[in-house]
Amino acid sequence: MCKRLISTALVGLVALALLPAGGGAQSSAPIKIGVIEPLSGPVAASGNYVRMGAEIARDWVNARGGVNGRKIELQIEDNKSDPKEAASAAEKLIVRDKVPAIMGAWGSSMTLAAMPKLEEYGVPMVVETSSAASVTKRGNPWVFRISPPSEMEALGLEQYVDKLGVKKVDFLAVNTDWGRGSIQAFGDMLRRKGVQVGAAEFMEQSATDMNAQLTKIKQTGGDTLFLTTAVEQITLVLKQGQEQRLARKIVTTGGSSSPTQLIKQAGAAAEGSYHIVFFMPWFPEAMPDGRLAKAFVDEWTKRGNPFEGLTEGFRGHDGIATIVEAVKLAGRDEPKAIQEALWKVSITGVNGPIKFEKDGPAGKESGQSKPSIFIVQVRDGKVALPDFLKK
Amino acid sequence: MEQLLQHLVNGLVLGGTYALLGIGLTLIFGLMSVVNFAHGEFYTLGAYAAFAALALAGLPFFAALLAAIAAGALLGALCERTLLRPLRGHSIDTIMLVMIGVWIAMQNAELLAWGGVARSIPHPFPTAPLTLGPLNIAPLRLFVVLTAAALIGLAWLLIQKTRLGTAMRATFQDRDTAALMGVPIGKIHTVTFAFGSALAAAAGALLGPVFLAYPSMGDLASLKAFSVVILGGLGNLAGATLGGLLLGVAEELGAGYVSSGYRDAVGFVAIILVLLFRPAGLFARAERIG
Repeated sequence: MCKRLISTALVGLVALALLPAGGGAQSSAPIKIGVIEPLSGPVAASGNYVRMGAEIARDWVNARGGVNGRKIELQIEDNKSDPKEAASAAEKLIVRDKVPAIMGAWGSSMTLAAMPKLEEYGVPMVVETSSAASVTKRGNPWVFRISPPSEMEALGLEQYVDKLGVKKVDFLAVNTDWGRGSIQAFGDMLRRKGVQVGAAEFMEQSATDMNAQLTKIKQTGGDTLFLTTAVEQITLVLKQGQEQRLARKIVTTGGSSSPTQLIKQAGAAAEGSYHIVFFMPWFPEAMPDGRLAKAFVDEWTKRGNPFEGLTEGFRGHDGIATIVEAVKLAGRDEPKAIQEALWKVSITGVNGPIKFEKDGPAGKESGQSKPSIFIVQVRDGKVALPDFLKK
Repeated sequence: MEQLLQHLVNGLVLGGTYALLGIGLTLIFGLMSVVNFAHGEFYTLGAYAAFAALALAGLPFFAALLAAIAAGALLGALCERTLLRPLRGHSIDTIMLVMIGVWIAMQNAELLAWGGVARSIPHPFPTAPLTLGPLNIAPLRLFVVLTAAALIGLAWLLIQKTRLGTAMRATFQDRDTAALMGVPIGKIHTVTFAFGSALAAAAGALLGPVFLAYPSMGDLASLKAFSVVILGGLGNLAGATLGGLLLGVAEELGAGYVSSGYRDAVGFVAIILVLLFRPAGLFARAERIG
């Protein structure tokens, strides 16, 4: 009897001694955050810049002592600019790495391909770049988007249409959910403003020769070309447009145009073009939170990251900052708790305020934030505010 | 009408580069029965070699072109000696699998060496187009298509007019008899593979400055090269040249007059039609060469 008591007490003691150690080990383990980006393939530049921005956010959070006393760790997967790979990357992150939240997956087609996995396993994803309306309209309650859908972008541009002097417009877009959605959204807005719409042409994501499309567009006699694709193809279109003497105002949409890279790679062909961007690293003080924007630009430069990547890189920072805030509000790193906490997030990122509103079919809404939208112009080989924005 | 002319010019310029890609592939298949899945990677290699020579080593443009061609030939020869020679006589499928391995290895090596971000290759030509009435063509593209034509001509001369070419054609017609007649089959194979790879590298070095250089650029090039070869008939040099021009023009007209979203589909529909009605290729002679 006595012996039994002693042994029970001993077991209890041992258990007690182990408990805090075990608990302690668990609570000090880093919190994993999954990241899915195109790190190779046709749109690799953009994906790598988003990754660099995400790493800055991670290091800043960890330097401040982490979240809930724990460090954060990024599990980064390459979707190879391919929707199929995006879906398997999401599955790998959730099943093998057991991440409680994901940021990704850059392109709309890639994001849409990864989304069913979120619903299947119940893990939230912060969408940092995708523009297609369908991302938040599909009734997937695990999706929280901080980038503007094309409709929002078009509304943001509406006030400048007259000042840009757009009378007749043509479209050239990448043949993906993003490109097709963008032509729809901007076409609707421009028609409402009484602008004539000419040709709507597409190019495959991996296409390099756009002369056929440009030859066709040249015949419509329009004055403005709306161009929706990533910086690599924009570079090619600008260069080939110059080869064809296509005299048009160019307006790029989607915020992935990296005007600084265009100036570097397309040279004179980029002169005069307008670009919708969601971050203006050339004038960080003009951003909603000037101090944060300035600090981000400084840190980016200090790391030796290319300046032209900043218009993409901020997305990585804002996406990770959003997830970290949700983990903090949730108090633990469980997918369901983070999903619920995402609705309460209210922070200011490099782009501006981030706060989610419901979007999509009732009962299964996705979260959609209302990001800030800016327009800049390439003038004399530099990025500048268009004349009509100058005070 | 102006639009049609411009489309035709665009298509021929593009087709010329497809032809250059196609003849390297068709030579290697015709002479060695090797389905070279790594062909596109030699194209990428050429583009990056040109980039390295121009932007990093500071060589002049034409020297960089030659350096890229040399790099393609060298790696092609190395590839043949180390991987293909020990496998000679094995089934075509085994060799195909090895070439798929080479493709994956080379593409990942390029990704490792250069990163995923596209590079712009500098060139000395003016960017303003040459204008002839309603037609526009960039000087660089004109140079590319002329050089491609010259290379194709050179390849034809080499095969038709030289002793080496005669030996290559003899090997192509009947390997065993050629060997019995004293043709050094091993050497012929190395030279053929190096030559085919050098042509792909030349295409990469020529088109790199027109477009951009990035590690997966070879995938599209491979796809086009295979299309051209199937159109023209496997192992048929003139067929590959005409097939390239045809594919370029078909894609251009398809994109211009049908739908630009289906640009690549137009090329493949053409291939399906050819396979249905002339399975040996558009320009194949009646007899089969095996």
